Formats: sequence, structure tokens, C-alpha cells
Amino acid sequence: MAETVAAVAAVSPEQQQQQKQTPSASAFVGDRVPDNANEHCPGPESESAGKADGCAGCPNQEICASQAANAGPDPDIAVITERLSGVKHKILVLSGKGGVGKSTFTSQLAFALATDEDREVGVVDVDVCGPSIPTIMGCAREEVHASGGGWSPVFVRDNLGVMSIGFMLPDDDSAVIWRGPKKNGMIKQFLRDVDWGNGNSGGGDSPNLDYLIFDTPPGTSDEHLSVVQLLSGAGITGAVIVTTPQEVSLMDVRKEIDFCRKAKVPIIGVVENMSGFVCPGCHGQSKIFYPTTGGAKKMCTDLGIPLLGSIPLDPSIGRACDFGSSFLDTCAPESPAAKAYLDVIANIRKIIE
Amino acid sequence: MSSHPKVGERLASIKHVVLVLSGKGGVGKSSCTVQLALSLVNQGHRVGVLDIDLCGPSIPRMLGVESHQIHQASSGWVPVYADPDKRLSCMSIAFLLPSRDSSVVWRGPKKNAMIKLFLSDVYWGELDYLLIDTPPGTSDEHLAVVEYLQEWNPDGAVIITTPQAVALADVKKEINFCEKVGLPILGLVENMSGFVCPHCTECTNVFSTGGGEGLAKHMDISFLGRAPIDPNLVMLLEQEDKTLVPNVNEPKENEDAREKTASIVETYQRCELSKIFSVIAKHLEETLDEKATAS
Repeated sequence: MAETVAAVAAVSPEQQQQQKQTPSASAFVGDRVPDNANEHCPGPESESAGKADGCAGCPNQEICASQAANAGPDPDIAVITERLSGVKHKILVLSGKGGVGKSTFTSQLAFALATDEDREVGVVDVDVCGPSIPTIMGCAREEVHASGGGWSPVFVRDNLGVMSIGFMLPDDDSAVIWRGPKKNGMIKQFLRDVDWGNGNSGGGDSPNLDYLIFDTPPGTSDEHLSVVQLLSGAGITGAVIVTTPQEVSLMDVRKEIDFCRKAKVPIIGVVENMSGFVCPGCHGQSKIFYPTTGGAKKMCTDLGIPLLGSIPLDPSIGRACDFGSSFLDTCAPESPAAKAYLDVIANIRKIIE
Repeated sequence: MSSHPKVGERLASIKHVVLVLSGKGGVGKSSCTVQLALSLVNQGHRVGVLDIDLCGPSIPRMLGVESHQIHQASSGWVPVYADPDKRLSCMSIAFLLPSRDSSVVWRGPKKNAMIKLFLSDVYWGELDYLLIDTPPGTSDEHLAVVEYLQEWNPDGAVIITTPQAVALADVKKEINFCEKVGLPILGLVENMSGFVCPHCTECTNVFSTGGGEGLAKHMDISFLGRAPIDPNLVMLLEQEDKTLVPNVNEPKENEDAREKTASIVETYQRCELSKIFSVIAKHLEETLDEKATAS
């Protein structure tokens, strides 16, 4: 007999009992959605707590409504601000459209920045449903450990740490079927509880990270709202927006730019990915994802946003991601894609440093 | 006592409800949904496409009806028709946005309410197939649509993937989701499987190849077919006038001399991929007929 949808989305008391030192996604109690809450509970800490349509009939409705009225700003924002006060640059990698190469770009950016061993880099994978970063960065089988200072990220290089829900799932095939409030709680824990300094931050709580890069899922929803709200104290350096050349992508990307403007997130610029293909056989050039409406270049001109660069399709990028290696370390140095990546990264550094 | 009677009323005149899922973004869920719809219409069926990707609704642009508006009749919201014979209809939040650049920044409960509205209030009429295009992931939208449809026994899901490992990892999670919520999996399509260079006809596996077929075998799921990358399809889905036959290799000066058809259904038949999706559509039909006979 198939489980009902409600049963699938809930956390059973047995799963909550299993909470151990190693943080487990199934034992998460972050956003404290009560077990007896209605199915469409907006979350007791949400602005509409107790007042949303979904609250009608919930035994906690009165409590939530009174708490929401008396509540000030989320106290965890102050904790997060303190935790991240030593981070020089916080970059969000956004798109709106799925499958344009956000995770690929995030990982290549992180690998490239970490080649300077004096630089400390962190990557937070905020895509709770489809966490690709562990696979792409070659650390898929690792686990996260909790210590007195907080959760330890997984280090893929001495100076490059990664945090993702992918490290906490019982097995690779388990779906994370969570509604918004639970996803938000997980993201809050990533920001509040991860010890990026790994005990080496000179005694303080705030590590000296040069870059903290956030890989996001497609869309403009819970995850994006949560990251922006939770970083409202710590501040965001800016967003790098990834797109492919065709209008179907640009349509979603313009919505993401609209979101950034509404949420007052500075935009560093746009990267046009999968921009053209060079046949390895005959070196003939083709456009696979045709820029029917002028591609990212026209969109950037129309919206007054910098175009950071265009990266062509290269099958070895996909292969490097599948095997968890850095494309820039393994590719041919004369590859047009490698040159394009380096140009884009240089442009980003020029703008933010 | 049914929890969603209005949904039941709408579904009573619809023979088959099929969700198109992936888990991974950008694998071609929307473009495969559209191709499946066009193939089924070409085979004589009446098809509706419901776009529940609220943040990134692509279906209206792909069907060439982006500028249309929806109307409310006494029987409900009238869907938008993409062909002159009115055999292909669609509904999407894109028709409700004030401008095409407006973002929909909603948390879960509002998204759930919109999906419920789409399922309860759209007057589809008599349909052979209702195809539901979903956003990537396994979250609010997916839970909502399965929950509202559950008591009316949707036929199942078609899973789309690209061949490489990073996509397959997310797709395995989507398959796990389907198993957990009791949604039958009708089959898997491996999309963007190879690109044939128009200059030398050498096929390059830009996103690798074979991974989808391997996964289907491993998880005992019907493998519906493999679709290579076709820039002419991309062009068709992009261009505003869907009656112009796309040919990306044609020099720009000859664009005005491009062949014209009567509707997007005919134009699609000129694309190479229509042969592959015709087989996929027939296979889907056979699977659904077998299920109906067995039950």
C-alpha cells in the first residue's frame, strides 16, 4: 500500500529519536514545525504564522498568531551575522532556469579561487532537493561531523570547504521531499551552525574566509527568500547569474533579475553558458542553444547589467563534473572553454575586489 | 467523502493524466512535454498541457501562445488553444502575470493554492490526455499535485533525464519520490543524447550518452527512447511564429522564403525529433491501454 503524501512529508518520531552527533537530514528539528500542525503550515516563524489560510483549525493557531504579533526580527539572523562576520565576499550563484550550469560554474569558480593557497574558500549548496555539488566536487561519499564549534564542512582541498545536504542523506537515491519550512530550517542551520574555520580561526567564532559561494536551486522560491533574509545582517556581496543563450532561459533569468532587484541583492553580472559548440572532429562551429532574441548580450544591454563572459559547450566540462574533478586542472590549456572560464572569473574578481 | 471534489469533476472528462517529472533542472521536461503533446495531437488525440512550474513557466512560449490571455466562462477558466482545430490546449501561470519579466516569489502554501486552482477551475472539456509539466525538484509543487490528484488515480509519470551522472543522481531521487507516493512510472526518456555536427555529421556526446538507458534497466523502468540534441527543435520552441519551418543551416537571406505550415502541429512534423517522439507517444499509449485492460 502506498504511503500517503502526508506521511511521506512528515518526520516520524522514530526518525527524530535517531538524532546523533553526525547531523542527519531525517533528524532535523530546525524550523520546529510542530508534529500536530496542519499540513500546509507556513512555519511558526513565518510572517503569516497563525494567519495563513492553511492555519485554520490548527491547534497551535492562537499561539502562532500571538507570537507573530509580538515577535521581533529572527534572533538567528544576529547569530548568523556574527558567524559570518569574517567572510570577505559572499556570492550567490543564481539562475531562475534549471540546468544552465549553476552548480558547474559554482564548483569551477571555487576550484579556481582555491588555486591560490593563501585564499580560504567555502561552498554552500542550498539546493536541498537536487544537491549536485558533492558529486561535482568529488566528495560525494563524505559525511559531515559535528563538534563543539559546530558542523565541520567537507574539505576537498586544504583551503576549500563544502557544505551540502548531500552529505547527510542515508543513501544517494533518497528523495528529500520537504515543504518550504523544513528546507528553510536546513538552510538556516547551514548558515548558523557550520564552522568554516574548522577550529583554525584563531579562537573566535568567525572564520577568515575570503569567499563563501552559495549554489542555489532553480526558481525564485523558499530557498532564495530564506538565503536573502538570513543574510540580511551579514550582507551579500552580489549575485552571479548564469544563463544559456536561448529565450526560454532568458525568460526565467529576467524573473531572477527582477527578484534580485526586489530583494535588493546587488548583481555582479551575467555568465552565458553553453554558448556555441566547436566540433572536436572538424572544428566547425555550431549554435545548439540558438540566441534567437540576442542572447545574454542583448539582455544585459537592455537591463544595464555587466556581461561577465560567454563559455562554450565542451563535453569535457560535463565529464569533469561527473568524475568530480576540476575542469581547469584536467582540460587542455588551449581549450576555448578554459580560456572563457578564466576570463569570467577574472572579471568577477575585478568587480568585487 | 472526497477531499477535492472539484478536481474530480474536472478529471471526469479526461481519459489519461500523465505527469512529466525529472528532479534535475534543464533536462527538457517542458520541451519533451510539448513534443509528446504535439505527437499525440498528430495521432488524432485531444491533449491539454498544464504547466505547474510557477517560477519558470515555459509552456506558453514553446507553444507560441505567450501573448494570449485567459478568460473566465461560467464553466470555469478557458484554457488557451495552440492550434486552429482546438485539439491542443494549455494553462500556465504565465498567462496571469502582469509582465513576462515579473517574478513569482512565493513560498509553498501559495504555490499549493495556485496548483489547486489550476486543477479545480480550468474547464478542459473532453480530453484524451492531460500532460502536467512540473518544475525540477521534489518539493511543494510535486507534493501538492500528487496530493490533489491522488484519489482520482493519475496514470503515472514519464521521467526525463539527460545522460550524465549529475542528472541521473537527481532523477534517482525523483524515482524514489514516485515510489514513496505511489505514482506509477510509465517510462523514462533520455534527452539531449548526442549532437550530430551539421558540418561533418560526426556525433559528439556533449552530455555523455547511455546513462538514461542504463538507469532505466537498473531500476526496471520501461525505456521509452533516446532523443539527440536538435537545434531545429530549439529554434521551433524559441521562434514566435510557429508556422515557419525552422532550418538553422539556412543562410539568413533566405529566411523570408522559409516554408510555412498551418499550425505548430504540422511544423513539428518537419523536425527530425518528431519521428522519435511519435514512437514514444505510441509506446505511452500502448502502456496506458495495457494498464486499463489489466485493471
